[in-house]
Amino acid sequence: MGTITRTIGNSFTTSGVIKSSAIDNTTLSNVSALPAAIPTGFMVLLSTQTASASASISFTTGIDSTYKEYMFIWNNCQPSVDFATLGFQASTDGGSSYGVTATTSFFKANNREDNSFTSLGYDGGQDLAQSTNDVQLSLSIGSLGSRSSSGVLNIFEPSSTTFVKHFTAVSSDRENRDRLTNCYSAGYFNTTSALNSFIFRCNLSANITGTIQMFGIK
Amino acid sequence: MGTITRKFANNFLSGGTFAAAAINNSSLTNITDVPTAVKGKLTLISTQTASASASISFTTGIDSTYDEYIFKFINMHPSASDARLTFNLSTDGGSSYNVTKTTTSFYCTHQENAGYAELAYTTGSDLAQSTAYQRITSGLSNDNDSATSATLHLFAPSSTTYVKNFMLVSNYFNVDSPAGSYNFYIAGYGNTTSAVNAIDFKFDSGNIDDGIIKMYGVSKT
Repeated sequence: MGTITRTIGNSFTTSGVIKSSAIDNTTLSNVSALPAAIPTGFMVLLSTQTASASASISFTTGIDSTYKEYMFIWNNCQPSVDFATLGFQASTDGGSSYGVTATTSFFKANNREDNSFTSLGYDGGQDLAQSTNDVQLSLSIGSLGSRSSSGVLNIFEPSSTTFVKHFTAVSSDRENRDRLTNCYSAGYFNTTSALNSFIFRCNLSANITGTIQMFGIK
Repeated sequence: MGTITRKFANNFLSGGTFAAAAINNSSLTNITDVPTAVKGKLTLISTQTASASASISFTTGIDSTYDEYIFKFINMHPSASDARLTFNLSTDGGSSYNVTKTTTSFYCTHQENAGYAELAYTTGSDLAQSTAYQRITSGLSNDNDSATSATLHLFAPSSTTYVKNFMLVSNYFNVDSPAGSYNFYIAGYGNTTSAVNAIDFKFDSGNIDDGIIKMYGVSKT
């Protein structure tokens, strides 16, 4: 019996069962999918995009009837221009154009780092009324150092051809004046056409540096 | 050494461990479960779809397995105009839904014609030691394209020590004319130290014409 045959024998117990030492991560490197019966995660990471001074971040594939809810997480997005605001819009034509009519509300809580100013209230400067402008997700993000915006956006059933498309979002932003702004944006895209692409971008012609992930919720 | 033996040996590395080529997708087709350690931490426990339903109840699967349950509401459409989506809790497996609750409620709204915008507390939707159903929305339009989507978090319902905290956010357009976006926030607690093991959802008038509710468990580890 050759050397390899003998070492193969070391990978089995005396009962013939495969030992744990016989299989490691490398062994599974050819596996690309699991059987449908296996209960895997119900929050599926569909795409991660990292921007470095990019004009925008777009998600143009993977948004369909597979999932009833999509969740976007933006992480430490920093604009290139002080006071810039991160927003998003939707497309019904695969990203050829962005500008779906939306009605939204917007409220925020503030606190300065020196505790000199706090507030909670509606912000009529950030909402939309049947507008195709970008939906505001954050406010006055600082462009330097550690200043950035992070948050979560949930969009429900974008592929519906019956209902309008509701969304809710919350962000935490460190402003250029060293002030925390906690933004709550919500509303709906007032269309019964399926939404199949989303774009995230800043106003003031600012570029974005940061990461945005898109998840599907099974 | 025969052909089969040689081919068999080719599936092992010199150290005796399996080569990657020895296992592919087909090798796993008989597997129906995996160890808990490698499973996702958000588990879909149940999905219920409404079709002219008086209510949707979850009467199984709410126990000590999870310390947080998340309910997702996808486009809940009422049959009646000005109907409010509501929920209540049960400690007897769904025989009765009447857990005492204290809650807060506020909303942020903006009309489509920009005529009205407000962030305000709403005393009409909160509860103070009441067994009534808790509102998830105010009055919805039942227009064909109108529905509400929402997320409800219910914490440690099986606890026999603590009250049962929950919080919810929903969005919808209301029955008013012109329509507007309503962003509704609810938080509170079921004021009981009995385990909550069922939950019921219904509109306060008419049926749930259409909609999906999904119940997830968030893994403890």
